[in-house]
Parts: sequence; C-alpha cells; structure tokens
Amino acid sequence: MANSKSAYSFAGKKQKSDTHIIVVWVDNEAGVLARVVGLFSGRGYNIESLAVAEVDQKQNISRITIVTTGTPQVVDQIKLQLKKLVPVHKVADFKREDKNVIFKEMALFKFVANNGKLNKAFEACKNFNPVILDQTNKSNVIQITALRREIDTMSKNLKKFGLVSVSRTGAVAMTRGSEIFK
Amino acid sequence: MPKFYSGAEIVFKCLEDQNVSHIFGYPGGAVLPIYDELKNFNSIKHILVRHEQGAGHAAEGYARSTGKPGVLLVTSGPGATNAVTALTDAYMDSVPLVCITGQVPTHLIGTDAFQECDTTGITRPCTKHNWLVKDINDLAEVMHKAFEVATTGRPGPVLVDIPKDIQFQKSKYKNYKKNKKLNGKSHDNYSQKNIDELINLISKAKKPIFYTGGGVINSGTKASELLRELVYATGFPITSTLQGLGCFPADDNQFLGMLGMHGTYEANNAMYSCDLMINVGARFDDRITGKIDEFSPKSKKVHIDIDPSSINKNVKVDLAIVGDIKSVLTSTLKTFKKSKNNFTKSNKHQISNWWEQIQKWRSKRSLDYIGSEETIKPQYAIERLYELTKDKDTYITTEVGQHQMWAAQHYKFNKPNRWMTSGGLGTMGYGLPAAVGVQIAHPKKLVIDIAGEASVLMTMQEMSTAVQYNLPIKIFILNNEYMGMVRQWQELLHDKNYSESYTAALPDFVKMAEAYGCVGIRAKTPEELDDKIIEMLNTDRPVIFDCLVDKQENCFPMIPSGKPHNQMLLGPKDQKEKKITGKGRTLV
Repeated sequence: MANSKSAYSFAGKKQKSDTHIIVVWVDNEAGVLARVVGLFSGRGYNIESLAVAEVDQKQNISRITIVTTGTPQVVDQIKLQLKKLVPVHKVADFKREDKNVIFKEMALFKFVANNGKLNKAFEACKNFNPVILDQTNKSNVIQITALRREIDTMSKNLKKFGLVSVSRTGAVAMTRGSEIFK
Repeated sequence: MPKFYSGAEIVFKCLEDQNVSHIFGYPGGAVLPIYDELKNFNSIKHILVRHEQGAGHAAEGYARSTGKPGVLLVTSGPGATNAVTALTDAYMDSVPLVCITGQVPTHLIGTDAFQECDTTGITRPCTKHNWLVKDINDLAEVMHKAFEVATTGRPGPVLVDIPKDIQFQKSKYKNYKKNKKLNGKSHDNYSQKNIDELINLISKAKKPIFYTGGGVINSGTKASELLRELVYATGFPITSTLQGLGCFPADDNQFLGMLGMHGTYEANNAMYSCDLMINVGARFDDRITGKIDEFSPKSKKVHIDIDPSSINKNVKVDLAIVGDIKSVLTSTLKTFKKSKNNFTKSNKHQISNWWEQIQKWRSKRSLDYIGSEETIKPQYAIERLYELTKDKDTYITTEVGQHQMWAAQHYKFNKPNRWMTSGGLGTMGYGLPAAVGVQIAHPKKLVIDIAGEASVLMTMQEMSTAVQYNLPIKIFILNNEYMGMVRQWQELLHDKNYSESYTAALPDFVKMAEAYGCVGIRAKTPEELDDKIIEMLNTDRPVIFDCLVDKQENCFPMIPSGKPHNQMLLGPKDQKEKKITGKGRTLV
C-alpha cells in the first residue's frame, strides 16, 4: 500500500470537504468566464454548478455563482486565487448550511401524459412555486424553484407522472435581511 | 487638432512612455506594421533573436538582472506558441514580462486563417492577464495597463494580442496616467499589530532561522539591504532558496547556504529543528519542503509575502504578513530599533546553543566532494570559475540540471540580481538566451552561462544573436555527455537503467563555436583548467567553453524525495548506508 503511493499524495492529511457557494463579481468582458472556469480546472477544483449573467448594465458587472466542494484550505485558495484575477472585483463565500443565505435553483419539467397524471404532477410540485408555462391536452411545462437536492429528488419521483425532459439552472444565492456583501 | 496615430505607432509611443529601451523579437506576417514603425523610434532598440522562446528567456534575463520589465515582440500563430514556454517560466518565477503578439486581422479571427491561433486562450493559464485588442481606441490604455499588471504586486508575464488591422487603424494617443488601484488589487495589507507580533516572536526565539526567497530580489535592491540589516541586527542564521541567492552575502558566517533538495546539511537540519521560521518572500515550494507532513514540525512559522494566495497554500503558517518585502522590512526594522536596541547583545546567549548545533552540522562539510588529478570534477570547475571571477561584478545564468545545482552550491553570490536561473518551471535551454538578455542590459559586465551540454543544445541557435550584437557572453559547458540529473535519478531509483539519458553524437563544441563566428575553448584536465578559464575571461567575444568533466559525478547532498529535511543523503561515503525506497521514487 505505502509503496504504491507517490510521494506527492503522501503530503496532505485528508481534511473534510464542505460544499461552498462562491459568488464572484467580474467585469463583463470577453473571456472572463474562461478565466474563472480555467482557474478551477487548471488547479483541480470542483465545479458542481455554475450560474452567470450580467447584473449591472451600466458598470458592466456580471455575477458568477459557483457551487464547489473542497477542504477549508482549498476553498481558501479558490477565493485568494480568484481575487488575483484582474477582472474580478469581489468574491463572497457561503457555506451551504448558512442560514443567512438563500440558495435557489430553477428547473423546467416537461411532462407528456394524460390529464390525470399531469394534474398529479402539478400537485406534486406544489411546494416549489410551480408555474405552468405551457399546456396542451397531452403535455405541459412546469417551472419550479427549489434547492438542488429537492430538484434531484423531484426529477426522480416525477418519472411516474410522465416526466420526459428536465432543464435546470445552477444555483444562485443572496443574503437575507438588509445586508449586502461588500 | 489632435494628432492621429496608427496602432503600430501607438505601440511604440507606449513603449517610449514606459521607458523601454530594448525589445527582443522576431518578425512575421502579423506584426509587420509594427516592425515597419521601428525605424521611427530611435530610443528603442530591437534585438533580433533566432527563436521566439529565445526572445522570452532573453527578456527574462534582462528583467531579472535589472528589475525592469522585459519586452518581447513576436508574430501570430507559431510566434506566439513558441513564446509560451518562456511565458510559463516567467509566471512560475515571477518575472515581469510584456509580450506583444501579432494576430490575424479581426475579420479573420475564428476562421483558421494562416498563422492564426487562439493566443489569448493558449496563454491564459501562463500569464497574469492578457488582452486581445479589438478596438484601436483601447490600444493605448491596454498597453499601459499591461505594464502595470506585469510590474505590480507579485510580478509576472502579461500578453497583448494585436490584430493586424488594428495595427494599421488610427486613433488619438491618450497620455499615460498612473492608475489609482488595479481593481482593488492593493498589495500592502498588514498592520502594526502584525509587526509587533513578529518582533515578539523574534525576541522569544531560541532556535530561529530566516528562510528567504526570490521575493526579496523582486522587491528591489533596497529590500536586500534591509534584509541584511535585519539579519545582522538579530544575529539569526539565514538560508535561501534557489531564486533568493544573492540577497544575502554567501560568504557571510550567518549564511547557511541554499536549502532544499540539494541544499546544505546545515540549512536543511536547521529548518527541521528550528522553533521560529521567518519566511521572507519564498513560497514553500515542494523542492524546499520535502515531505510536507514532517516539514519543520516544531516551529512557529511566519510568512512575509506580497501574494495573499501564497499564504497557507502548501504550509500552514502562524503569522502571515501580506505586503511588499521592502515595506514590511522597513516597518520591522523601525519597530525593532525602537523596542530592542540592545537586542544582539542580550540575545546572544539565548541563541548560542543553536549556533553551536549549527556549527556541528556545518562540520559535516556537506558540499565536499572527492577531488581528482586526472579528470575535472564539475564542482571543482565551478569553484575555479568562482575564484577567477569573484573580483569582477559577474552575472551568472544557468540551464537546468546538475550543473545548475552545482552552480548554486559552489558559486557564491553577494549581490542581488546577479543570478538568473529557471527554478519553478525548470526550463532546459533557459541560460543561453537569458545571458543574451543580461548582456544587453549590462554591456560592460561579465556574463557567464553555466550550462550542461544537453540543455544548451536546446537554444544553441541564440549564439548567432550573441555574435550579431557583439555580446561577449561566456557559455561555460560542464560536459559529461549525459543528461546528468536524469542519469543521477536513474542511478538512484531505477537500478542504473540509463534509459535515453546519454547523448551520442554530440557536436564538437569548439568547431561549433567557430562555425557561429565566436571562440571555442576546451579544457580536459584539472591542470589546464585555470589557464583556459583565464583565456576565456580575456576574450572580448562570445565564447563557448567545453569543459570535459567526470561523467559519473552525482550532485550531493540531496533530500531523497518523500523524505523530510533531517534525512539527507550526503556524498559518496554516506550513500551506501541509506538507500531510497519505493515511495520516494515518483517525486522527480
């Protein structure tokens, strides 16, 4: 066992990994997403999900929300490395368990089934702010917003009601209360 | 009426405003408009290299020996890809470079045009930042920002990619205004409290050590002076990384020599056993730390670095001070003098046992080697080179391998910016073009590339550059016909299976020198070595010195990989007792 390991992997005592949500405010310019994502892949960090869009047209600022897992040391490195990138303005980091932060993902479900099943499907989505975006007599498209794990479970459980297609976003995050992250 | 300038003119106006006096480059289709403009700007001299990698390393040598950014100008496609090795090298060793590349015209980008490549995509992971300039009105600002990014904070390479049509288009030239702050990327981020804490640790330490690195050099010559002042004031021992050599005088008694894989016995043991480690501008590289879990287990660690991401990356530290070395050392000395005026006297007793212990380690004389009357030992060659050049203000560059480590061990550096070597990336072929760049920056000084015969062949074409510009660089080749470091690891770890590490059919370096139009000298015996070196030094032209050395010699001492600092392998006598076992094998 010891012999098969390389001296590199000997180095770190394994620490516990946590899931973190990293929010990055960047200049919305060509290649900026590649810089951020390239930093993750180049240094071997995980990306579980990614959401990005411009949030301030005047100042050209985009907000990137990345869900990642890593040991405290790795998460620290992620933040510090991100802050070094020239187009990055600020970096926020939240633990998934953090009660003061709201995390949401959005999903679109397409069901093809008879009316009875379609109704049951809508009923099952009740807790997740369902909105029917499209409806025919044998199909519909429902939008829900929920946590990542909830959407995971839902997309499994809804198969029996004729779920044929799922499209989902990455998580976005915002702090509760009147505080904003500086 | 404001004057309008072409993109090519704007490039040069920016270089002028940045006080650039030399650029290293190679023309090609996509940069011809810029090359066309060269004749109108007399203050900027272009050095024509023979390969774009050479331009990069020459710019690195220029930058490292002057503290100013190095500039290179290359064409699109292969010009840019050839520069990638040098950019990566500069990124790893924190050397400020500004690389200007030509690009195909904007309307052809993305069409796989002739000599097109995704330059900014390729160089994104090996530059601090890069720009593709698609609008002529942005060009001046981007150029100036490029210099700012390259030279501020932890220095490094940047790249500006300029499509050919932008080089022709015209725009006003905006005057250079120094930016307030780079997107909030400020650099000094410490408080007086941090400094007080450091002083407190210093005053309590019984077994302290300074561990210094390239950050001291990058912070400017003043930083080296301040470091010396602090080290003398405390009376503490000091060791240095490969990149930090020269920031403290190597012949001073407080200096323990280089540390790390091929560092001295005393330096590594002191690192292992210390109770206070003060890291000044070094980055806990894996060649330094050895086995991380057993790295200096009993010490409080202080890390002074300008790059916050270097802190706690490899080794957890107890006190982090983020800031420019010069500024941190200034504050430290100020506080130190105020509160601990008689420190050296009162502290002498506290660390006297520590110095005694260090003397014991020193008495092992870990850099000793078995001399020979018949063959030139490579260590002997470096020692003689040092003795015969130490009175001159000599600049040394190296390639990568055994010769590099021997040079670091046996050549004694007393000033910063005199030692140019590829540490992080370990680029064979770095030294010869780097020597070209150093000699351009210091035309009257003695510049020597301590080389291995395998490395030097990788960028040998730059001899032609040296001859063209009358650069009297000396290429001092320790020729053992092997890729020595590869052979050494194969001997120690792979049962002497010397797989592909011997170079058959080496060129005759003396004839090769003559073919390039420079001077070739060969030394075969220890007896003639001194005379030949003197002959080399008296030649005011580029010289290739073919020094035939012992083919079997290995570089000691060494920390076998996977081992901590206190388990060093000493020279031939010690070797039989300790054999490297399986788990150390993969670190090479």
